[in-house]
Amino acid sequence: MSNWEPKIIAFLCNWCSYGAADLAGVSRMQYPPNFRVIRVPCTGRINPKFILSALRHGADGVWVSGCHPGDCHYIEGNLYARRKFALLKNLLEHTGIEPKRLHFSWISSAEATKFADVAREVIRTVKEAGPAQHFIKKQAEVA
Amino acid sequence: MQAYTERIREAAKRLLSDGKVDVVIGFRKGTIPFMNEPYLAKTAEQVDQLVWDGNCGVNLANYLPKRTDRVAVVAKGCDSRNIVEHIVENQIKREQLHILGAPCKGMIDKRRIKAELKGKEPTSVEETEGEIEIKGRDLKLTLNRSDFLQENCAICIHRNPVLYDDLVGDLVEEQKDVDRYADVRQVEAMSTEEKWRHFDDLIAGCIRCYACRNACPACYCPTCFVDESRPQWVGKTIDPTDTRTFHFLRAYHLAGRCTDCGACERSCPVDIKMRQFTKKLEKDVKELFDYEAGINPEMRPALDFYRPDDPQAFIK
Repeated sequence: MSNWEPKIIAFLCNWCSYGAADLAGVSRMQYPPNFRVIRVPCTGRINPKFILSALRHGADGVWVSGCHPGDCHYIEGNLYARRKFALLKNLLEHTGIEPKRLHFSWISSAEATKFADVAREVIRTVKEAGPAQHFIKKQAEVA
Repeated sequence: MQAYTERIREAAKRLLSDGKVDVVIGFRKGTIPFMNEPYLAKTAEQVDQLVWDGNCGVNLANYLPKRTDRVAVVAKGCDSRNIVEHIVENQIKREQLHILGAPCKGMIDKRRIKAELKGKEPTSVEETEGEIEIKGRDLKLTLNRSDFLQENCAICIHRNPVLYDDLVGDLVEEQKDVDRYADVRQVEAMSTEEKWRHFDDLIAGCIRCYACRNACPACYCPTCFVDESRPQWVGKTIDPTDTRTFHFLRAYHLAGRCTDCGACERSCPVDIKMRQFTKKLEKDVKELFDYEAGINPEMRPALDFYRPDDPQAFIK
């Protein structure tokens, strides 16, 4: 598995981190292409089921990124999300998921540099964790 | 215990004949020892079936959501906390309820008793303040009550009801200096791989009967996530990943809502200790957000509330 590359699911908030990704792109910033972006209207929209679903489908890591506290387009969505993710992350780690697979960040739409930095950081740590072993639902093989 | 029974019957009779409530939810004797069943008494004649002893571990708050009539309910400490939860979550109105608070000294774990009986069949059980007397063929046993409590009762710190209209017994002394999270810390000390295996072994026997979900007073969604099919979040098989997903999400749905009443473990046909999931969440909610479920009807639930300075060390 020397040429193994991780697959990371990134849930990005439409109003900030998704814009930051766009800005990073038009600014020609370089970072590895290991994550698949799912655009969400707000981090508060992310149900823990989504994150489990990503892991069940074989994602090696999950990255959730939204607006800084106080900057939420919907005033307070990310503040509720913060509580949800704190508990979710702790419980996932408590039941045996490597901490290196779960990443959360606040990135505003102007912070393209931060976006590229965090992206590199996320990819690096997920790589360290190696291919996901747990929580993957084996799909039935269909001829 | 007999005193509780009499006071429950007396209160139930009074409430029903005065027309204050339409139904009294309590317990009646089950058909076998160590099993009482929930009972809804609707007339004064039915009231004489109500009983109280150490086998009333089923959480009666489970019978309240979406009721439209006026209800009297017998509530232990944990039941009353779940009733508070129901009020906070708009499942029932406080005005509909008449809560008969039953200060509780813990419920008996029938599995521990069964192990002690070594295969012998009990036919009659007498329970006093501190002892359980069990009789049967070739069987006469007196057990110390406090040694045979449910695990959650042994570490309970809310034995008295938090919300009640009448008490059916004197308030009991709350347990102090109990270590509620010894088992959680034990798991926390493990390595990631050990943790995974620990929980794999823990839920290995699960047959996905959903008894834990059905016994839980906080599980009242009209459509449970396990029944959702578009999209399907969790498969219906006993594939280890599906079982894990079920237990994980079931526990997560109880984040900041679980009162550790033990109804899930009590109902499990294969003795899974699923409280290990919910207790971790309970510990985190207490440590991170300083919140305990079902204590104060004026407070919003932990995940329906935020503070600007909530912990966020894990966020980049």
